[in-house]
Amino acid sequence: MARARASREVAVVAFAQSDHLRRTDELSEVEMVMPVLHRVLAQTGLKAGEIGFTCSGSSDYLAGRAFSFTMTLDGVGAWPPISESHVEMDGAWALYEAWVKIQTGEADTALVYAYGKSSPGSVRDVLTRQLDPYYVAPLWPDSVALAALQAQALIDAGETDEEALAAIGARSRADATGNPHAQLSGAVPQGDYQVRPLRTGDCPPIGDGAAAVILAAGDTARALCARPAWITGIDHRIEAHSLGLRDLTDSPSTRLAAERAGVFDAPVDTAELHAPFSAQEVVLRKALGLGDAVRVNPSGGALAANPVMAAGLIRIGEAAARIHRGESDRAVAHATSGPCLQQNLVAVLEGERA
Amino acid sequence: MSTPGKEPVAVIGIGQTKHVAARHDVSIAGLVREAAVRALADAGLTWADIDAVVIGKAPDFFEGVMMPELYLADALGAVGKPMLRVHTAGSVGGSTALVAANLIAARVHRTVLTLAFEKQSESNAMWGLSLPVPFQQPLLAGAGGFFAPHVRAYMRRTGAPDTVGSLVAYKDRRNALKNPYAHLHEHDITLEKVQASPMLWDPIRYSETCPSSDGACAMILTDRAGAARSPKPPAWVHGGAMRSEPTLFAGKDFVSPQAGKDCAADVYRQAGITDPRREIDAVEMYVPFSWYEPMWLENLGFADEGEGWKLTEAGVTELDGDLPVNPSGGVLSTNPIGASGMIRFAEAALQVRGQAGEHQVEGARRAMGHAYGGGAQFFAMWLVGAEEPAN
Repeated sequence: MARARASREVAVVAFAQSDHLRRTDELSEVEMVMPVLHRVLAQTGLKAGEIGFTCSGSSDYLAGRAFSFTMTLDGVGAWPPISESHVEMDGAWALYEAWVKIQTGEADTALVYAYGKSSPGSVRDVLTRQLDPYYVAPLWPDSVALAALQAQALIDAGETDEEALAAIGARSRADATGNPHAQLSGAVPQGDYQVRPLRTGDCPPIGDGAAAVILAAGDTARALCARPAWITGIDHRIEAHSLGLRDLTDSPSTRLAAERAGVFDAPVDTAELHAPFSAQEVVLRKALGLGDAVRVNPSGGALAANPVMAAGLIRIGEAAARIHRGESDRAVAHATSGPCLQQNLVAVLEGERA
Repeated sequence: MSTPGKEPVAVIGIGQTKHVAARHDVSIAGLVREAAVRALADAGLTWADIDAVVIGKAPDFFEGVMMPELYLADALGAVGKPMLRVHTAGSVGGSTALVAANLIAARVHRTVLTLAFEKQSESNAMWGLSLPVPFQQPLLAGAGGFFAPHVRAYMRRTGAPDTVGSLVAYKDRRNALKNPYAHLHEHDITLEKVQASPMLWDPIRYSETCPSSDGACAMILTDRAGAARSPKPPAWVHGGAMRSEPTLFAGKDFVSPQAGKDCAADVYRQAGITDPRREIDAVEMYVPFSWYEPMWLENLGFADEGEGWKLTEAGVTELDGDLPVNPSGGVLSTNPIGASGMIRFAEAALQVRGQAGEHQVEGARRAMGHAYGGGAQFFAMWLVGAEEPAN
């Protein structure tokens, strides 16, 4: 199982994100991304041209046009030309591609960014287009309805109840009061049912946002950051697409990725979980074996801000930032993609102990 | 911790679908599985031998499926495995193969299935590329409208006669007759027919443009130990690189983008190539409009600036020429957009494995695969050889 571990030391050395907002009508994607890129570069003093590899994550379907990322690249300032790639996935997977690139030895640093604007359309409708195009997508089952199926399965299995789910929402938004970038924070009412058993408070806010991370290898990381957040393991796994083929109360792909990333080798003190719906936190806590002593989503998590395509990368960034600040020594970060946690990425981040 | 040397990467399995205008007989899942199964059979492996899947395609609007890797996980045997989805516009097929190769080079995985596809019959590619967005330049009625002015600029700059484009199309369509997987099989093609075809985006004629295809291409990449077990000769990756530059800015040279030059230079450096014209035996080049052959001959360093068209005109790039370009028939004969770059990479590998059939270039030992995308801003290339790289 050692193959999923780093043979080359790589750390998150900087993280920046936008304020996550319900609408950003006045901003193009480039205008939304650029300040975030400038801030993350400024943290390290690096210039775009000094970065060894750049990788981004986004989705054309949110932008409403083909090849949307070609314009966003302009925000990077890719001149002279840069070594660059893009995944049509959450930025957490762009970070994975960048981590692999650094493992080859072809780059010592990487800039990873991700962004998503949900406000121009109806994200609930848009996400139905992720489903099997022949048998499922024509029925337009939306992301909240699918998450409600998962929540109900958990309640039926006796793993949670509506009160416990409400407490997850309330805790997330209370924690988000300490996060100036969060979209929702404080005493947010649980609200009415969206799709039973999920109430408004069990569902993520819809919003626009961007995030960026800088990775660096070995001594370069030590030179750029006082306390680098070392990625000691990272892995991701996918499950069957059809909901009927999966046990929605469990996440074997998360567990397998966690095993490969080394989560279970030693205790973690922090977990940043990409659980857009309250019930998904229940599934992920079980798969990752997180006890009550672990601080889960101190940033407020995706229930406080869920910019689609950036929310997973933000989990890695938030976990890393906690290590940078000395608030965590060993953290697990998680990102998800697809309906009901179909695809999951898990990373372990560690700070050197004083 | 020390930095280990890169693991050598070998191509041991290649599978394509027969590319056609519309595959009404299969779903998207059926299409990709067909290519993957052929690649596995070529490598003598089964699904259980695959550690990870890296998939690429051009925009999701072409099929109307958002992030189709989620739906395709089952069809590609990816359940329980890592699956990555790359999208770098038209260069994506090449970029996807390079991301897969890096997984092996970094020793993260040992054997990886990489696949790219497009089922263009599910929609209309021209209008899929022409969605207007406020405050951003639209792609001007499909790719042809965007690229035609740059072809005109090349002609003005180099003084190339206006017959060169038709020579490329005539050559590639004849080469395609030797490739059973090629989309266009125009048995009655003549140079006169190409030259008499309607003008679409001046100076680009109908017969100088690529078709819209349904198709998929898959490759099995593996490490040194995997290559040793391969039943057929492997193709070894000697160099691979990606480069990007902004879409639109005042200093951009659309005729010969700097990113393309830098990308080729990086690949040659890795592969130890100092004279590409002499040291490379075949080139699979991304030529969606015929004039891009002479343009890329210069951009990739096979000809001096202004001289590319002379190689084409002299027959150097013919299948039996000194530097065969697109022996498979190229993008001009087969264009499932998201797969087109990977087909270039795979056809280069077929050449050095000696597995290219009727369009085999005699004695090919080193071949280049090339892809580009966006507004000629994304480049992905690799150089493969019959022998394991020395370093």
